[in-house]
Amino acid sequence: MLVAVISLAAMGGIFGIILGISSKKFAVEIDPRVEALLNVMPGANCGACGQAGCAGFAESVVAGTIKANACAPGGKTLYEKIAEILGTEVSDYEERKVAQLLCQGGFGHAKMLYRYRGIPDCHAVLSAFKGPKACNYGCVRQGNCSRICPFGAIKMGADGLPVIDYYLCTGCNKCVLECPQSIIKLVGVSHLVNVRCINADKPKEAKAACSVACIKCRICEKNCPEDAVHVVPFRDGTVALIDYDKCTNCGICAAKCPTKAIDKISDLSEEVVIEMKEAVNSGCSKCEVCQ
Amino acid sequence: MQEYFIIIISAVLINNIVLSQFLGICPFLGVSKKLSASLGMGAAVTFVLVLAGAITWAVQTYILNPFNIGYLQTVAFILVIAALVQFVEIVMKKYSPGLYKALGIYLPLITTNCAVLGVAILNIQKEFTLGKAVVYSLSNAIGFTLALVLMSGIRERLEDADIPESMQGIPIALVIAALMSMSFLGFTGLI
Repeated sequence: MLVAVISLAAMGGIFGIILGISSKKFAVEIDPRVEALLNVMPGANCGACGQAGCAGFAESVVAGTIKANACAPGGKTLYEKIAEILGTEVSDYEERKVAQLLCQGGFGHAKMLYRYRGIPDCHAVLSAFKGPKACNYGCVRQGNCSRICPFGAIKMGADGLPVIDYYLCTGCNKCVLECPQSIIKLVGVSHLVNVRCINADKPKEAKAACSVACIKCRICEKNCPEDAVHVVPFRDGTVALIDYDKCTNCGICAAKCPTKAIDKISDLSEEVVIEMKEAVNSGCSKCEVCQ
Repeated sequence: MQEYFIIIISAVLINNIVLSQFLGICPFLGVSKKLSASLGMGAAVTFVLVLAGAITWAVQTYILNPFNIGYLQTVAFILVIAALVQFVEIVMKKYSPGLYKALGIYLPLITTNCAVLGVAILNIQKEFTLGKAVVYSLSNAIGFTLALVLMSGIRERLEDADIPESMQGIPIALVIAALMSMSFLGFTGLI
């Protein structure tokens, strides 16, 4: 018994000493800037930047293969810290943009004229009497955007409309170019209030075609404390439009809009950070990088 | 000399560690997606296997047998293998970070790779001398690498193949493994 204990302990001790020496001898030197960056990173390891976690991002930023503003959870504060560590200019910060769908006419909201049974493609649908919807401006729900998205950020939701995953979206503009109705728009992540309708028809026609259409009532215009939203000429008619430079995300227009055509999403960057922290604690950040 | 030759042929082809003895299946399926990664894995396993084969043989002959504590074989062998894998990991991180990243979790998993422990125990069971033990370990490692490289070659070609959705990934890999295993049966009777 004693022999067994001693011999195993001796073996363990010898191996331990060898490993200890070799780990000192073969120690990998890490760029001090990478370590400094790691300390200021959000640490959610969400992978939204396309790198393998925050460590991968820090390495890529130091190597110069990725832009310092690619971290969505970190936002501008992180960008400034990175610039400080790397000694680069702060002024060229460009906000990350994500795709926003400017249509809420899902099943139950938009009036349908006929049932479409054909090639499941947005262009094909539109060639048949401008699509089955009474509204000629909205989403025709065939999912071209979801198919073209290289990051899997667009999924077709239960109401037939594409749902954009802001964590996965990189703002690559592919869906914007693909959409034949031009109802996807790139909007900076800090802008939370959007007019989700571009129907320029007269109020009565718009209301008849869809229950969440902009009816040009100008209630938003009258209530906006910043003078940021206006009903402006668009195509053959008019539609409400928000000036993102003036908008402060107060959400008054969204609350007052009688048809709920204006929509305010919850604070994105904060939500991303919180959700990811929770997700990291539960073992998966939902970033789908593994897939 | 002839004995060594027989050991090599039988370990690499006839009793291939993966395809005939079904040891080390985890890395066989896990790291066989890319040819480069599978070669790296093969090299890492070869290094660990040969060193582990020699050291475990010495441990068995000079520690376990004289003190009559053969019942500690598994514990002592795992200790040796774990230390070796740790060593490989440290060295690889220093000299080949790319390979280190490619192997990922499978590198520390060599510790519990049953091929390594299996060969170490087989060395003792077959009552090999040190020379034969090293040759047997090396040829088993070559057999392992061979199986891994063949598998990854096939799987790289499969990337372009039109596979039914339900069969993509691991299912088709298992089918291929079975077919390879059967084809290796053809080597029986070579000696």
